[in-house]
Amino acid sequence: MSVVVESLSKHYGLQKAVDSVSFSVQKGEIVGFLGPNGAGKSTTMKMLTCFIPPTSGSASIAGFDIGAQSIQVRQRIGYLPEHNPLYKDMYIREYLSFVGKLHKVNALENRIEEMIHLTGLTKEANKKIMALSKGYRQRVGLAQALIHDPEVLILDEPTTGLDPNQLVEIRHLIKSLGKDKTVIFSSHILQEVQAICDRYLIINNGKIVADDRIDQLSTDSKIEHSILVRFAEPVDVKLLESLEGVLHAEHVKDNSYHISHKADVNISATVFQLALAQNNSIIELVQESRNVESVFQQLTNKKTDN
Amino acid sequence: MWAICVKEIRSFFSSLMGYIVIAVILVTMGLMMWVFPDYSVLDNVYASLDQLFVLAPMLFVFLIPAITMRSFADENQNGTIELLATRPLRDREIIIGKFLACLILVVIALIPTALYYYTVYQLGSPPGNLDSGGIFGAYIGLFFLAASFVSIGVFASALSNNQVVSFILATFLCFFFYWGFQFISRLPVFVGKWDDFVQHFGIDLHYFSMSRGLVDSRDLIYFLSVIFLFLFFTFMSLDSRKWEKSA
Repeated sequence: MSVVVESLSKHYGLQKAVDSVSFSVQKGEIVGFLGPNGAGKSTTMKMLTCFIPPTSGSASIAGFDIGAQSIQVRQRIGYLPEHNPLYKDMYIREYLSFVGKLHKVNALENRIEEMIHLTGLTKEANKKIMALSKGYRQRVGLAQALIHDPEVLILDEPTTGLDPNQLVEIRHLIKSLGKDKTVIFSSHILQEVQAICDRYLIINNGKIVADDRIDQLSTDSKIEHSILVRFAEPVDVKLLESLEGVLHAEHVKDNSYHISHKADVNISATVFQLALAQNNSIIELVQESRNVESVFQQLTNKKTDN
Repeated sequence: MWAICVKEIRSFFSSLMGYIVIAVILVTMGLMMWVFPDYSVLDNVYASLDQLFVLAPMLFVFLIPAITMRSFADENQNGTIELLATRPLRDREIIIGKFLACLILVVIALIPTALYYYTVYQLGSPPGNLDSGGIFGAYIGLFFLAASFVSIGVFASALSNNQVVSFILATFLCFFFYWGFQFISRLPVFVGKWDDFVQHFGIDLHYFSMSRGLVDSRDLIYFLSVIFLFLFFTFMSLDSRKWEKSA
């Protein structure tokens, strides 16, 4: 296990910013950390990177405890903080060399050139950081997180403020890094997590509300599944709701109905049988895609309603 | 620690800050010592550098806070403190690195004043008729004065994320520690009984005994305590992010 977090909490007075969060991440895994703004993502990351200590609970990174062995932990993590703070009056190479020296990187000059190449900074490499666009600053942020070849990468919203092309490039970069490093990155862009990660964690009000593999999304029985059907003739909603495995049905418009159902039933077949029996026909049947977005909304809204 | 120190010194000279500070120190001292009649060495009957050591504290009270105001205020403001604090570095290495960088800048600014020594040395009648040992001791006093002000300034900088606030705070603290205790000792409650005791808290008294060329271990211990105390306060201030805060 590369990252182990055990009932980690951070309280600010009465407010529980992070409330007894536990999870673990294996080496080489890319984990997406999702949650609405203010859910506790950044606070959790600040604790993992030893910037602030937890109120209670513990965590270890690459086998070192974040409290007692924080220097060893900090030597093994690459961290890109939220809002990507940088020394704007430094040149890119100057900045990377400063960070490299803090980590006592060997053969630093080569390593810097390697990082510049890897993060696609070659064209801009002779500029001061303040002269860079947001996308390039983000790359500098990534380069500094990678300079000492860390085992674990912790990236706090690495893709905010990037244009669509830059988004694709940075995602690609993170994905390729994940081949031999453990990556935890936070985001509120859900498609992004779906595109890059092996696994997602959803945090809301300081608690973990979902922890699952991305490819498990379609079969997870905890989550409501739904279809959209358009019949040729109107159908009674009550009749639809009486079908086996249907949780809820509602009329959308014209002869279209939205049906949410349990995961373990073959709803298409049941609905087809119904249409046959009624001398009705199905014009269209769409399986609504099971994406992180719907899981996210379901889980985070449910929490805030209570 | 050295990486931080080098980075700080480079940032002084990559902005205009370093050059301006050095220029202001040298121009002000040069004018006061050689041009303006009130303090001018040339109008003085003795070949001495006393004026330099009288002027320096007044100049340092303003200039040293200008040097130190960036050190932590800027990091707090830009969030770069998070970058430093999540590196394999102890907080004390960050503090000492920044402290040394500011002190080195002041020392660099003082080196050219050796030229004043040479000039006065030549002006003596006969040449060389001045108290070289005394001047050497006074330079040591000046160094410790600068180091004390730098540690006060670094502390003030750590308290705020606004450079102007940290500048004003540092100027006030430097002023207070230099002259403040002298003034307090003249309050009627202290006069006659405790005034001497109170004066010992001020930098003024210790600096002046050193600027006469008398390097006394008590004065050294005093300066080292002031430096240590304010660096320790800085450490507490950095460490306070780890304390439990109420929302």
